[in-house]
Amino acid sequence: MDLPVWQALYTELAARNFVVITVAMDAGGAADAGQWIEAAAPTHPSLIDVQHRVAELYDWVNVPSIAWIDEDGRIVRPNDPGFAGEYFRGMMEPDFDFQAMMSEAQQQQARYLAAVRDWVERGPACPYALTPDQVRERLAGPNADHARAAAYFRLGTYLQHHGRSDAAQAAFAHAKSLRPESWNYKRQAWHLEEMGKSGGPEFWAEVKALGNRPYYPRSEL
Amino acid sequence: MDTKVITLLSDGAETSLSAHVTGDDVWLSATDLTRATGWKLTRDGFCQGSMCIPIPPGRAAELTRADGSVNVAAFARLRGQALVHDDDASVWALDASSTARTSTRASVEAPDFTLPDLTGRLHCLHEHRGRKVLLASWASW
Repeated sequence: MDLPVWQALYTELAARNFVVITVAMDAGGAADAGQWIEAAAPTHPSLIDVQHRVAELYDWVNVPSIAWIDEDGRIVRPNDPGFAGEYFRGMMEPDFDFQAMMSEAQQQQARYLAAVRDWVERGPACPYALTPDQVRERLAGPNADHARAAAYFRLGTYLQHHGRSDAAQAAFAHAKSLRPESWNYKRQAWHLEEMGKSGGPEFWAEVKALGNRPYYPRSEL
Repeated sequence: MDTKVITLLSDGAETSLSAHVTGDDVWLSATDLTRATGWKLTRDGFCQGSMCIPIPPGRAAELTRADGSVNVAAFARLRGQALVHDDDASVWALDASSTARTSTRASVEAPDFTLPDLTGRLHCLHEHRGRKVLLASWASW
């Protein structure tokens, strides 16, 4: 879990006019996200988003997804996977090298946090802070299928909260087929269907089916 | 005409209201449209704050009726939004993605949101104007 890393970064940089906001994409609410938040004891705003509203507004399809927002409320980086990488994908193979994964994960984390520190220090002069046109290039325009997927996902979270799990899964199925690249839709629906299924054989089969395609968008950092 | 109580999900809110449902059309009172979506039917079209969407020529009948009711399905089409409903047809949901994409691409402004923390206290993104914000998603699953 990333929460302790974000909390440490916030503690380090809070005096520099910087805040971290973490948002749990958890339709199960505090029952699912609460224990992780309690363990991280955040002093930054650590929020729970049962509708995945932030993912809808920022067009994010996976966790973690990260945006950088400047003092004027403008996006300067719209969608990074942060220090998440592809290295986890071989995890189910018998000869998987956990040591190598840990060391790659640490390197990526160090690189990403260094980039954030540079931005906090230098603002627009930081090479990772994008111009408005560069941000626009990275933002998708309206898409009818994605809009329907988002509406079905919203419907699904509502039905789930009202005890109609079967109807919720039917709505999630529409969302998933309209936007198959959303791991948030898939894994959240699996999790609500059955605890553990979001990281079970169905998940690994879908990861394998990606072939050479990335699991996370490229971070370019 | 078939009148029933439905729930309309829009922009994070859920509103219970009565509607006339005929085929794909969902007719509400203009007051209920405002209650559910924040959009008001005025002489200038549909307005929210200072923004108005005029009713395009030839589309008035699809959108409004003489009794003052509004077809939320046509209103969604006008805004480029998706409107979906569940099989027993008591809940309708509008997406926020299409309109957010259009406005974010135009302004590059980070979309605002209001969400609770673990204690239930609400936080808005805009409270942090004047500071740099790193916004990060995660999930328990």
